[in-house]
Amino acid sequence: MSSVDTRLACKPSDYKSDVVPVWCPGCGDYHVLLSFTRAFAALGLPREQIAVISGIGCSSRIPAYTNCYGFHGVHGRSLALGAGLKVTRPDLTVVVASGDGDGYSIGGNHFLHACRRNIDMTYVVMDNRVYGMTKGQPSPTTEPDFDTALTPGGTGLSPFHPLVIALASGANFVARAFSGSPNETADILADAIRHPGFSFVEILSPCVTFRPDEREWKSMVHPAPVAETNDPARAARRLMTDDGFNIGVLYRGERKPYRPPFGHPSIDIAELEKEFEL
Amino acid sequence: MREAAGISVAIIGSGGAGALTAGNLLLEAASLAGWHGLLTRTVGPQIRGGEAAALLRFSTEPIACLSDQFDLLVAIDWANANRFDSEIRLGPSSLVVGDPAGGEPPPSVVKSGARIVNIAMKNLAKAVADARPNMIALGIAARLMGCGGATLMTAIEKQLADKGTDTIRASQSAIHCGIVAAADLDLGFRLAAPEVSDAKRWLISGNEAIGLGAIRGGIRFAAAYPITPATEVLEWLAPNLARAGGVLLQAEDELASVNMIIGASFGGTPSLTATSGPGLSLMIEALGLATAAEIPIVVIDVMRGGPSTGIPTKSEQADLNIAVYGFHGDAPHLVLAPQSVADCIFTAQWATYLAESLQAPAIVLSDQFMGQTRAAIARPADVAFIGRRREARDIAAPYKRYALSADGVSAMAIPGTRAGQYTADGLTHTERGIPTSRAEDHGAQLDKRRDKLNQFAYGDHWATIDGDGEIAVITWGSLTGAAREGVDRARADGLSVRLIAPRLLFPVLPEQFAAALNGVERVLVVEQSHGAQFHRYLRAHFELPEEVHVLHRPGPLPIKPGEIHRALVEWRS
Repeated sequence: MSSVDTRLACKPSDYKSDVVPVWCPGCGDYHVLLSFTRAFAALGLPREQIAVISGIGCSSRIPAYTNCYGFHGVHGRSLALGAGLKVTRPDLTVVVASGDGDGYSIGGNHFLHACRRNIDMTYVVMDNRVYGMTKGQPSPTTEPDFDTALTPGGTGLSPFHPLVIALASGANFVARAFSGSPNETADILADAIRHPGFSFVEILSPCVTFRPDEREWKSMVHPAPVAETNDPARAARRLMTDDGFNIGVLYRGERKPYRPPFGHPSIDIAELEKEFEL
Repeated sequence: MREAAGISVAIIGSGGAGALTAGNLLLEAASLAGWHGLLTRTVGPQIRGGEAAALLRFSTEPIACLSDQFDLLVAIDWANANRFDSEIRLGPSSLVVGDPAGGEPPPSVVKSGARIVNIAMKNLAKAVADARPNMIALGIAARLMGCGGATLMTAIEKQLADKGTDTIRASQSAIHCGIVAAADLDLGFRLAAPEVSDAKRWLISGNEAIGLGAIRGGIRFAAAYPITPATEVLEWLAPNLARAGGVLLQAEDELASVNMIIGASFGGTPSLTATSGPGLSLMIEALGLATAAEIPIVVIDVMRGGPSTGIPTKSEQADLNIAVYGFHGDAPHLVLAPQSVADCIFTAQWATYLAESLQAPAIVLSDQFMGQTRAAIARPADVAFIGRRREARDIAAPYKRYALSADGVSAMAIPGTRAGQYTADGLTHTERGIPTSRAEDHGAQLDKRRDKLNQFAYGDHWATIDGDGEIAVITWGSLTGAAREGVDRARADGLSVRLIAPRLLFPVLPEQFAAALNGVERVLVVEQSHGAQFHRYLRAHFELPEEVHVLHRPGPLPIKPGEIHRALVEWRS
């Protein structure tokens, strides 16, 4: 995989807005924002041709920090916003941004169906294994013994495995990145955006406020020991033994994106009335 | 024999017996012959093995509702007929035709005093190859209303064209058997012949009419999650949107469908979804987002009995409260209600126009009566309402998406427009769209969104106002037809009555409403809601005269013209 080409006319800073992020100092999402802008610059995309769509949560604040079109919607529904937009505006690059609470809990059903629908867009989930904006409750990817005020002693529940679910549901590109490696993450994002169909990128993005233990992630992540595959069965087997810290593109599918025809009327509106005539 | 201007016919049977098919063919034939007519369906929740009734009314005059009582009931069988006998009112002058092989008529039918005649429809059908008893029933009904001629055969050929000539022949033979079997029967009156006219007429259901009006108004994207009784809106749109250059996407749930249309509209495409009460409840959060982010969308609610799953297949007008007041926060938006099958076209089109003009969500409250009624109507006039939002072009930085303009409407940059990049947001935002929690910003944007709706010139379409009497019947939605007929009868009795039916329910227009009420001394409110939601809505927003009566009840029994007439007449004495 080639590294980001900085010789292009577009600079990453062209894609950054003047809005000051609400994120805590040290939040992994700052680096995700940097990766977004580097990926957009690498692809040389006109800013007005990109739409960054999100739901609710710390990570979902990202659209306004870009200098692209953005939509900061309601909790958990960003994939639906993105689907409606991309189907009617296939000319746009649609990137949907979410977090582990927004994307896997309240938005879980949309995740399954977005993978299945395979519309050509990129879904980025910044996973910090905690609800940050509401101050530290467990999410579907939180460890069972994570002790919180809402769940004293931990949930006792096994975490959810987003990559397995993405693959099983039909996502056409599955990758994991780490926010602390913004160049590598930008490469993966650019790759995901270029790849036709529904691309899913999980970015491990530490919450230093409520999960200070996640500072250790930088020493835990490592390049995936195996090359990417286009065989979903092989990808599935690898994922079942995944340690959660393998970084890189895992699966690159060849399924045709869902792109219904739009904007090509075959008749005059008056023609529609004919079926009602007596 | 006495001649009557109208006739009411019910054809019933167990689910799958073909009562609705027979009813639709009769409607088509009578409409082709020139009568005005409509068919309202009433069915149970089962797909097979339940019960189904085609409730029909025909007249030489335009009609918009069922009548008080049925002149003729043809029962293909009596299985489960007790489940809706209260919806099919009969009297001593009614004729009931049943088949002894199909069971016994329920006690209410016997008690009504109606003349009951037996015809062995099942046996007659057996005698004709490939024939079904519902076609015998159709022949009987057609004979009794004087509509058994060439137009019926034409209707059969048209409707059954895709089933092949054998089926058409068999059906025609069975219909003929029914006509012969009913040769000696009469209703005690004869339906007057229709006036012959060259005017173009349509046969259309309310749900189809909503779809057509939406496309006329500019809708090019729909997201769909099936729900009774709204599904036909979406099923009609699916192929027809595609022909018009649009697309319909099936969503995984109503949360997705409403957010999909918000996403598409953000991209510049006028967008719609259709649902019923439970689905509207799920969509309400996102409707608030569309209000705050100023994204135009249209949501059709074909109301059914509620709350919860309620009576999915039958009508009620009890979603008024959620449509008007259901949003959290102060969220000005549009709520409209069509008043007839024909008006579904206009109101859906106007709603699209208003939503786009005002960059606000519009909820259109239809209901099962209107949505699943097919009616022969005069071809509706083309109207000029095409949804076009104010777009920002040639933008000089910095772009203010939510600029505080004089009319409250700010130019919207469509993605792809240079220098227009902004983030649409449900968070309280500044004029530039940047999140803020400052009191001044919050107040300014709340004012903006309120004022843009309140300052708009809605014209005369906001309500139907008919007459200037000192008694006002105030109603809404599908009951407008029954109210008009009740008012007409009261006028024939010498009462001075006016009819007021708002088509635009939200925002409220207090000045226009006061003008409509000018000179009114007594008000009769008519609505299909157990909690009298419309009455409370009127009380909340308008000054009503001292004397107010309320005629209301829940669905599914429609309020009939005779009840409205009686309420007016009895009030006088």
